[in-house]
Amino acid sequence: MSLFRTELRRLSKRRFTRYMTLLGLLVLAAVVVGVFFTNQKIGADQLAQAERQADQQYQEQVRWSEQERAACEQAKTAGTATDGRYPPDCSVITPPPREEIKADWFLPSTFDFKETFDETLIPFAAILALVGFVIGASFVGAEWSTGGMMNLLLWRPKRLTVLLTKLAALLTGILAVTLPAAVLWFAGFWAVANFRGSTEKMTSGVWQSFMLTGVRGVVLVLVLTTIGFALASLGRHTAMALGGVVAVMVVGQFGLGILLSMASVRFAEAWLLPTYALAWMTKTVTLQDWNACNATYYGECKPATMDITWQQSSVLLSVGVVVILGAALWAMRRRDIS
Amino acid sequence: MPAVLEIEGLRKTYKSRRRGTRNALDGFDMRVDAGQVHGFLGPNGSGKTTTLRTLLGLIRPDGGRMALLGHEVPDALPTVAGQVGAIVESPQFFPHFTARDTLSLLAGAGEVPAVRVDEVLELVGLRDRSGERVKTYSLGMKQRLAVASALLKNPKLLILDEPANGLDPGGIREMRTLMRTLAESGMTVVLSSHILGEIQLICDSVTIISLGRRVAFGPVDEVLAQHSSGAVRIRLEAVSDLPVATEALTQAGIRVTGHPDHLMLAGVDKPASVTRLLAEKNLYVSELAPIAVDLESVFLELTATAPVPGQHRQVDESMKVGGTGQPGPAGGGWGA
Ligand SMILES: Nc1ncnc2c1ncn2[C@@H]1O[C@H](COP(=O)(O)OP(=O)(O)O)[C@@H](O)[C@H]1O
Ligand SMILES: [Mg+2]
Repeated sequence: MSLFRTELRRLSKRRFTRYMTLLGLLVLAAVVVGVFFTNQKIGADQLAQAERQADQQYQEQVRWSEQERAACEQAKTAGTATDGRYPPDCSVITPPPREEIKADWFLPSTFDFKETFDETLIPFAAILALVGFVIGASFVGAEWSTGGMMNLLLWRPKRLTVLLTKLAALLTGILAVTLPAAVLWFAGFWAVANFRGSTEKMTSGVWQSFMLTGVRGVVLVLVLTTIGFALASLGRHTAMALGGVVAVMVVGQFGLGILLSMASVRFAEAWLLPTYALAWMTKTVTLQDWNACNATYYGECKPATMDITWQQSSVLLSVGVVVILGAALWAMRRRDIS
Repeated sequence: MPAVLEIEGLRKTYKSRRRGTRNALDGFDMRVDAGQVHGFLGPNGSGKTTTLRTLLGLIRPDGGRMALLGHEVPDALPTVAGQVGAIVESPQFFPHFTARDTLSLLAGAGEVPAVRVDEVLELVGLRDRSGERVKTYSLGMKQRLAVASALLKNPKLLILDEPANGLDPGGIREMRTLMRTLAESGMTVVLSSHILGEIQLICDSVTIISLGRRVAFGPVDEVLAQHSSGAVRIRLEAVSDLPVATEALTQAGIRVTGHPDHLMLAGVDKPASVTRLLAEKNLYVSELAPIAVDLESVFLELTATAPVPGQHRQVDESMKVGGTGQPGPAGGGWGA
């Protein structure tokens, strides 16, 4: 217990932890503020304004089609209408019906809490997962590379206990930031919806779904933190974890993506890790293959699809954590420390 | 006296895929009794740090047994770790923390009361600088901090790997006093060093290691006596008598080196025999001084690392015991 508390103290004393956390929280705040200023509440004024704009658009269409029809007829009588610029029958040039031009199109964007809050949890989880990853990597990486780990092991010779306690302290710290941040995030968007949108139609089912998405977001943050920690412990250097991930992302993912698309592999995204992170958050990601066209009865093209579900993602995340953390623990047990 | 530290037949082999294997420790033995200041001597690369690391569970030995405070290690390390304070090799700390934070975190991890932090800062003379980041410390100050961290547990056994590194002369003297004080208070101190004058001044006993094996051990004066070469310097009343004396002594089987005003004799068992021999030839000795050997010459002799003019000795060219006894790079080298 004393070791756990000490490690928690070490974590919070580190400047890197503080700055990174602050940076992450600032980015999150900026997102909320940005959404606040790019949305508006829809009232009678906005509706009337949109209606006016739709009318205007309709008038424009009418004017334009009349001009065109006149030009068409003129060309026909002049006998110059052979270049296919105009249809044979000029009367088909008509404006679209008024009801096809929807006033909705001219409404300013608005924040509907029920529709949109779910999606905001994706950047929330992504930003905090990134913060967790680098803090996790630097927390143990710096310990290794500065000899702090060796010093600590002279006091607490049980290596696995030391490493796991450090990890527990790290996850506790990250959780202590993530949970309040999630509450603030929720409150922030509730306020945005209140002032710049609507908070209507919130049923208990919607609440539950938001809660579950939030929980999955927190799990994602913890998983990435653990992976950052384990990689840095394995490489005994912060840079190892960061470098490793950059290598995996740049070479492994972008490279793989380009290669797969060049080889026109079906559902290339199914090989890319971010797809699974996204599926984890949104429950399913549907990939489409436009090359495989399932023609419908009407001759319309429906792409072949493939669903990636959050269950598949959960398998991937679990296997990733078990393998990487397992390797880190094994190395901790076996390797000489010098 | 009970042994505080016991090592028998310790082996450690470093394997490198490219360069084969290296026996850093090759059946090393060591024993330190309670309450002593024990010097652990050896040339660079002889295996001192490897021994201490292995003892403290940082690296895994390939053979042999070790015990600390009567407990077999590494198995019992969790039991004894609280009573063994150690610094291994150059001190390393997280550079952005202050000395006080560093110690306070260690104290927290080891369940040592926080007041102890101030006590050890005072002891090593860092009290007024303890609020500064370790990054800004000089090597000597880091060394002091390392000693402070080892003392934090108030250990029964204190192990210091080259603690005098980077210390100023005053610091070395303070460290010496500190160690004597600690030993008097009942702490056992093991001190690895190659500063032989220091060891001779403050240590009760020594272990000398060369290429991973023990070449000498015991109380300092015993080691000196065993390896004193029986050198004696004599002067005669008349300098003109020196050649006659040389002849007489050489005939008696004593190695003699002539100097303008005195003679150096080697391999003398009893100085009295020299006096008698010369008196029989009517030569009268005005001065007869057995030359005291110092630890440095014993060390150089035992490890065969004395400099030879015109040669650049390489680090692994030192004495290997149990082999031919000849210095040479053959033993323990890469690819052996
Ligand atoms: N991690 C390592 N890998 C390979 N060889 C090592 C390692 N650590 C030490 N050695 C070798 O073991 C020998 C003993 O080193 P060491 O114990 O550090 O000597 P010293 O007596 O100077 O402290 C040296 O030859 C050194 O090169
Ligand atoms: Mg060393």
